[in-house]
Amino acid sequence: MKSLDELKKIREQAKERMAVRGQEGQEYRVVVGMATCGIAAGARPVLNTFVQEVAKEHLPVTVMQTGCIGMCALEPIVEVFDKDNQKTTYVLIDEKKAKDIVLRHLMHGEVIDEYTVGHYSK
Amino acid sequence: MPYKRTQVLVCAGTGCTIGNSGALIEEFEKEIKSMGLDKEIEVLRTGCLGLCGAGPNISIYPDNIIYKGVKKEDVKEIVQEHLYKGRPVERLMLNESDQETNEIHDISHTRFYQKQQRVALHNCGIIDPENIEEYIGQDGYFALGKVLSQMTPQDVIDIIKESGLRGRGGGGFPTGMKWQFAYNEPGDEKYVICNADEGDPGAFMDRSILEGNPHSVIEAMVIAGYAIGAHYGYIYIRAEYPIAVERLKTAIAQAKELGLLGTNIFDSGFDFDLEIRLGAGAFVCGEETALIQSIEGERGMPVSKPPFPAHKGVWGKPTIINNVETYANIAQIILNGADWFRSIGTESSPGTKVFALGGKITNTGLVEVPMGTTLREVIYEIGGGCPNHKQFKAVQTGGPSGGCLTEEQLDTPIGFDELVKLGSMMGSGGMIVLDEDNCMVDVARFYMDFIVDESCGKCTPCRVGTKRMLELLEQICDGQGTMETLDELETLAKTIQDTALCGLGQSAPNPVLSTIHQFRDEYLAHIIDKRCPAGVCKKLLRYEINKDECRKCGLCARQCPVGAISGKIGKEAFEIDPEKCIRCGLCMKACHFKVIERK
Repeated sequence: MKSLDELKKIREQAKERMAVRGQEGQEYRVVVGMATCGIAAGARPVLNTFVQEVAKEHLPVTVMQTGCIGMCALEPIVEVFDKDNQKTTYVLIDEKKAKDIVLRHLMHGEVIDEYTVGHYSK
Repeated sequence: MPYKRTQVLVCAGTGCTIGNSGALIEEFEKEIKSMGLDKEIEVLRTGCLGLCGAGPNISIYPDNIIYKGVKKEDVKEIVQEHLYKGRPVERLMLNESDQETNEIHDISHTRFYQKQQRVALHNCGIIDPENIEEYIGQDGYFALGKVLSQMTPQDVIDIIKESGLRGRGGGGFPTGMKWQFAYNEPGDEKYVICNADEGDPGAFMDRSILEGNPHSVIEAMVIAGYAIGAHYGYIYIRAEYPIAVERLKTAIAQAKELGLLGTNIFDSGFDFDLEIRLGAGAFVCGEETALIQSIEGERGMPVSKPPFPAHKGVWGKPTIINNVETYANIAQIILNGADWFRSIGTESSPGTKVFALGGKITNTGLVEVPMGTTLREVIYEIGGGCPNHKQFKAVQTGGPSGGCLTEEQLDTPIGFDELVKLGSMMGSGGMIVLDEDNCMVDVARFYMDFIVDESCGKCTPCRVGTKRMLELLEQICDGQGTMETLDELETLAKTIQDTALCGLGQSAPNPVLSTIHQFRDEYLAHIIDKRCPAGVCKKLLRYEINKDECRKCGLCARQCPVGAISGKIGKEAFEIDPEKCIRCGLCMKACHFKVIERK
């Protein structure tokens, strides 16, 4: 070990790998519905997209899975909770939409109306 | 996929390993593979979370859910339900859901963890102890980097002094002062020793730190070496801790590979290397002068002080010896500052202390609390009190050098000086809870028996005196004791305290004096009434059959292994011959009508 910078590089790599264990000070919590209906509709690649993108961008976001959210026809469903536990529910999400959510909602705080359950039911 | 969505951390500490957590890791890997999840989910080993009594324990991130007492058969369910479908297996969860809101609490909100603050144990159970990168990922070795690039040795010593850190091995000597003494010694051959010879019965704090976060000790030893001007260190650890030894070996090899041990660390021109020295598990080798003898290859016997090790230690050179838990605090203090450390705990005892909770307690395990927390909070709120609704009697702290504290003293804030004032001591952190079924004379006898075994035999007061004390205690337990026995015991105890050579001998009578002081009535019951109130001392027990209520069935007589019960089935009430009776209690268990009493 020759310098602090070298040590910092190792720390950054390890932090990315250990990101799922970070719990405090998270801005958002992303919950993906992973019951049979969700998995059948393609929730697994969606979940994995969130995990990869969040880790890559070092976002203070926890990505979790949950069971059936209840609207099986609208799966894959993704819920985004902010720090105040305010929930945004996105429906019919695929990998591309997941990337949009990471970029616009998780990084810039913008709720993407056209993906939300509210927009769908209009 | 470069990043895993879920990590399964299986405790691989000694407690959970005994509970076969090794097989769980294999089972998880197999099941995860069979579900095709092996690219998304990772299984890792980690250190102790503290809930050893409930083990084997498994944590799942990012959900922050802990499963307790997991068996091999449960793995499939966890993988299929939780990891695949996102439905936590509630029956195995440690974190109970709230009755009203039905919200599942994560681990930090459980009663067990709420009052805890993890400084020395901060990475235990969260990182993989066999992977140096995970330690670095949690700011590991940054304290060393800071010290070597920005601080002078005196700066380091000053910050440790300001922090008020006191030796966690038991004595509570200020660590900064110890370092200053060694720094002030001339010469460039000095040594840094880590005392990992944890010997108190029931104590396993140091073992858990070494198993769960070995790099914290290595990093601190390099910092200590820089501070006092030493270039070589020894970790003295007992061979009875095989997992800790293996983890340390791995950690040292990894640190060497990254150049965090060796020559020219951080390009500062500072060299430091260390090696492990295995002890054979003698209690006395935890005493620093005996430990030095043992490292030098001599028989582990204490020598008189002064000279203190800071002046003449291993190989006759200035040496500092600190305990594992003391080292585990160092990097945190360097990174967060002395003021941060002082903000935890009390004025005279800053910081936290790790305790190994054992004995008659619901949550057996490892806890770390800020100093100043009361014993009541530790025993009742974190430990969950005595199981089976039994009445709390006393708590033993400080192991064979400490003493017992009673119910009335439970509101004492924990601190080095506070516990000494009450006739016990902090010790290394063993905390054994005793309930109404424990006989205090028997407890004193147990510790004295331990000391007699562990006394090195060098000085007469300890070699002969403790043996005599044990004999006197045995007389009392056997009902042969008189008031003179008790007086003799006290006189002898005080003489040994005054005259023994080392700390082990000087403190050996403490458990006896403390129990006599706190529970004199129990001693008197043994001596005067020839009765053991807790029903432990076998020779003072008497089993009696209530003749009027005996149904004359003869079941007790058939169970008795020594034929001490006589009577005639259906005709004559049965009777126990106290001369023949070995007080095994089988008859009492056998009697369907509960007419046999233990007195």
